[in-house]
Amino acid sequence: MKLRLPILGILTCLAGTSCFAADLRLPGKAVAGQPLTIQTSGSGDATLYVAGPGTAIKRDIKLGEPVEIKADELRNSGYFTVALKASDGNSSKELYVAPAAAEKINFLARPSRVRIGEPKVIAGTAFVFDQYDNLVVQPTPVTFDLSVPSAGSKVDRLTSKDGVAYLQTGSSSKAGTGQFVVTVGNTSVRRVVEETASEPCNLRLKVHKEKDSLIAETDPVRDCSGNPLPDGTVVTFTSSEPGKGRSTVDAPIRKGIARAVLPAVPGETVSVASGVVLGNEVRWGGGL
Amino acid sequence: MNRILAIVMIALTAVLIAAGTAPSKSKERTSSPEGAVQAFYDRVKADDYRGAYELIAPSSNVDFSTMYHDIAGRDGSLKTLSQLRDAEPRLLAHNGNEALVRASLMWATAVGDLHESRDLKLVSSDNGSWQILWPKHHEPNLPPQVISENYLRWDVIHSDSEDNEWGAQNAESPHVRITSMNAVEREGKVIILGELVNEDTVPGYVDIQGILLGKDGEQLGEETSFDKISHVLLPKEITPFRIDFDGVHINQVKKVTLNPTSVLVPASADPVIGVLHQQLEKTDTGHTVLKGELMNQSGQLVNIPQVLATYYDNSGHVIWISDGYVDQALRPQVPVPFAVSVNDDIAPNVHSYRVVVNHFSMDRPSA
Repeated sequence: MKLRLPILGILTCLAGTSCFAADLRLPGKAVAGQPLTIQTSGSGDATLYVAGPGTAIKRDIKLGEPVEIKADELRNSGYFTVALKASDGNSSKELYVAPAAAEKINFLARPSRVRIGEPKVIAGTAFVFDQYDNLVVQPTPVTFDLSVPSAGSKVDRLTSKDGVAYLQTGSSSKAGTGQFVVTVGNTSVRRVVEETASEPCNLRLKVHKEKDSLIAETDPVRDCSGNPLPDGTVVTFTSSEPGKGRSTVDAPIRKGIARAVLPAVPGETVSVASGVVLGNEVRWGGGL
Repeated sequence: MNRILAIVMIALTAVLIAAGTAPSKSKERTSSPEGAVQAFYDRVKADDYRGAYELIAPSSNVDFSTMYHDIAGRDGSLKTLSQLRDAEPRLLAHNGNEALVRASLMWATAVGDLHESRDLKLVSSDNGSWQILWPKHHEPNLPPQVISENYLRWDVIHSDSEDNEWGAQNAESPHVRITSMNAVEREGKVIILGELVNEDTVPGYVDIQGILLGKDGEQLGEETSFDKISHVLLPKEITPFRIDFDGVHINQVKKVTLNPTSVLVPASADPVIGVLHQQLEKTDTGHTVLKGELMNQSGQLVNIPQVLATYYDNSGHVIWISDGYVDQALRPQVPVPFAVSVNDDIAPNVHSYRVVVNHFSMDRPSA
């Protein structure tokens, strides 16, 4: 009884010739951009098919000899089907080709400008790819570094998940051109996130007479954190003249202050505003 | 045959001599002050400035070039791009050999019709025809000098499309916000009025699209603010906007949708234009106008200024926006008067107003 089963198997094998049929053996690990050797068994001619993401290979082979797939024929990662078609039967197997080592980063940084002192307003998303643009799904260390001059830098070390690493962070308290850098291995990508001053705070003006005109000039225009508002920000000077006339000048900030030339009318009241923020008022010619 | 030809030639010569010596039509018309002014502007209309100059009294002591530029404009102003379409003279005063005529002129320009009113003095010459005493304008001008400017401008670096790196986004558009909005019905149309502020730290080219929806959700109209807005806004700058929907009544409107758009553009912070001595005044005819002076405080010539005036009621709501193009160029530091009309029914409700200046310079993009 103990000998009956193996004998039955050998007899079945000989009768059906299935023990010498075409077959293939795949390696345990395949990596994109690396050559691959597929072992075959059997005898005679056959056709090998390799089909997968962006790849379709057809090759006439001799069964029993190994088949070499060149590195540049296998650049895409993903699940491949390897099939063998021979006169004595077909065989098919699945092969997973893993991405190569991380070498490229696509970095989305939003927004490109942001006000200072706001929590969770800056988002950085890094997509990690190998040199053949395959998404590297293996967990990979990713470093985010957001630095603003005079505000230091914030470094966050994360690990990518399914090829993506995501960071959400707040803006700093200092205005400036923020350098947002993401690094994977030896590869870095930089984006610029401009951190800008907030609304003007304590907007103040002073006036003095020059020739026949009144010069209205602000103190250095800053936000409530002490950051200077960028040059070019428009400041509106309004002079209300006795007799209900008025003069207005929209003047941009230059070198930190805004300046306007107004008509010198005794008793006029000069006020200042920027956007929706109002500043002080000064009366000229009737006692400041 | 020769005799016939000689007769024809003699007859032709006689006709030409008669035509040359007969009193011309315009000469006949110069027998009255209004006729002289009409003849003058007819010649201007026909681009016959030399002919028009002949109707100027020699005692005006004005040269052709001065008269030409007084009429046709200078410095690339709106007048230089205009064509006189109509002139209506009206006699204001007549005293023996002197008369005063008001010429109401309508110019066709690229931005619509431009109305001008000009009072001209006339004197009667010895032969009974009237001639215009052309007013001598003293064109204020700065003496030659260098005006130092700290030119402040923004340039934009866009993503390199050649590189085509996915994720390398362009700098985003400036953030703008509508700070007020009001819908009124006037002159047979629905007009959306409001103000828009650039809250960002970069300049932007802005525009507003308005959509009116009816009671059943149907679209009644879709318009943009066109030139009733200051398109290039510097950081923290506020512009009024006005969108006109012809042929729509406000009781038809259920919903108004405003879509402001802004695009990051290179821009310059110059020139700075002061709006001085603004005042609401009544004209001789009882209408209200907002008058003032524009002063270009920079060293750069502004060819075509446009005044945009916003009027507020006593609770600070925008109740009207009017605009007007100024037909003179703004030379550096030289005040130029402006006037924009205010509707008679609006004027009593105006509590305050605000004027901004849009400007177009030929040597660089508008800002």
